[in-house]
Amino acid sequence: MKSTMPILTLEKVSKRFGGLHVVDDLSFCVPRAACTALIGPNGAGKTTVFNLVTGVYAIDAGRVLLDGKDMSTMASRQRIYHGIARNFQNIRLMPHRSALENVLVGQHCRNSGLRGVLQPVNLIPRNRWREEARAALADSGLAQYERAAVGGLPYGLQKRVELVRALLAKPRLLLLDEPAAGLNPRETDELQERLSVLRRERGISMLIVEHDMNFVGALCAHVIVLNFGRRIAEGTPDQIRDDPLVREAYLGVDAKPRPLERHAS
Amino acid sequence: MSGYVEGILVLLAINVVFAYGAFLPIAAGQLNLGIAGFAAIGGYVSALLSNNAVVPAPVAIPVGGLAAAMVALAVAAPVLRTRGIYLALATFALGEIVRAAILNIEMVGGAAGYPVAAFIRFPTIAAFAAGVALVVWLLFATRFGIAITAVHDDERVADLMGLNVRAFQIAAFALGAGFAGIGGGLYAHHFSYVEAQYFGITLSISIVLYVLFGGTRSVLGPLLGATIFTLLPELLRGSAQWRYVLFAGIVIVVMVLRPQGLVTGMQMPRLFRDDGARLRTGQAQ
Repeated sequence: MKSTMPILTLEKVSKRFGGLHVVDDLSFCVPRAACTALIGPNGAGKTTVFNLVTGVYAIDAGRVLLDGKDMSTMASRQRIYHGIARNFQNIRLMPHRSALENVLVGQHCRNSGLRGVLQPVNLIPRNRWREEARAALADSGLAQYERAAVGGLPYGLQKRVELVRALLAKPRLLLLDEPAAGLNPRETDELQERLSVLRRERGISMLIVEHDMNFVGALCAHVIVLNFGRRIAEGTPDQIRDDPLVREAYLGVDAKPRPLERHAS
Repeated sequence: MSGYVEGILVLLAINVVFAYGAFLPIAAGQLNLGIAGFAAIGGYVSALLSNNAVVPAPVAIPVGGLAAAMVALAVAAPVLRTRGIYLALATFALGEIVRAAILNIEMVGGAAGYPVAAFIRFPTIAAFAAGVALVVWLLFATRFGIAITAVHDDERVADLMGLNVRAFQIAAFALGAGFAGIGGGLYAHHFSYVEAQYFGITLSISIVLYVLFGGTRSVLGPLLGATIFTLLPELLRGSAQWRYVLFAGIVIVVMVLRPQGLVTGMQMPRLFRDDGARLRTGQAQ
């Protein structure tokens, strides 16, 4: 693949729920091996974009291209096999299962078929897949929690487990829906460091929905702003901060100029 | 071994097999109230085989299980399309259809029942029960067990993780039906007689109760549930009229105290867990 080709392209994508245009003629590109932020006020359609890219909802019009390949009509289940993994705005793990069992699910797309399904990941301690999952948990500082039921873990640790699960799918494109929401400042810094390492060392492309503009500014070179399902601005974090349309979308027309991050955190 | 003890142990072993038959679909998030129907298919098919084809019982019984699994595969697509209470009703209806069909098949005696010539004793039945338990335990030590739980907990996430949700549900349903069929075959060949009336909704509900009582999150749950449900009424024999009242009372109390069942998957790790894991989450989901 050409390294300049965007990892993800949306071409005139639309989605309506009844009469409501949740995503309206939306086009944008997500550059390869970079972190891109998708921001916008509540209800702008950010999570819907994720759901359209992962196939949770079928798009009404337009195209979604991954690495130039049209995914628009691909079944949601197939998309992770092509390298799209995601987390969820509200943590969605198996609460009664251990952290290890939860992240083992992430490997499914690399170890499927009958042989994969019958892989004795919970029987043989030295199983290759099990070892890989344990190492990934250790990498994220979760080694001591691998046997703990995730439902009993603190929120921040559950978010980390969810990230490890997505990473074990070895994605090319990682969609993160509010990864820093609910984290304390120290956890947010750790996450930011971790994501930039993942981008640098593994070349994972990321599209990140996030309200914390300090986090976005530190991590993302490129920001796309949505409002009412449309792209209203695009550029570097600094350009976005000064964009009058973005200010208007967040603060209203009469608002005095104020740093965006005050509002956004 | 006295006849009484052997009789109880035989029932226990057969109930364990039945319980695993109900456990598999329940673990995948599907209540199968037609377990007795699949048990009937297994019982009658294996009886026909051992009576007419001179197949030894230990061979005929797994073939009966296979027949039940095949029927489950054939009906899975429409039946598993329904959810929740509708799925329970659809599987219940399925069980009743099987029973009604058998009542009308003259070749197996219709309502008069069907005598079975071959006879198996406790050791054979126990071996089958142990085999079924072992297969389920092994299966749940593989990715299959984790996938089934993932499908049970959140179908959407399971789908996005690349799991074929429908295929796992069908596999759990058909495997469970197969085990129920084996249980039916064991029953037929020990009691030397099968009749359609035995395979009614009462049997289906009892089997589902074993699993709910024992716990649906651990492979030990069905074993424990079936054991308690088989042995407890015997232990309460002291008061002949009241024993089922007492038994039902105990069941209700336990289900109130432990709605998740007696054993859950995380009990073993919990014994070794560290302090960090004991922290409570601030954001209950």
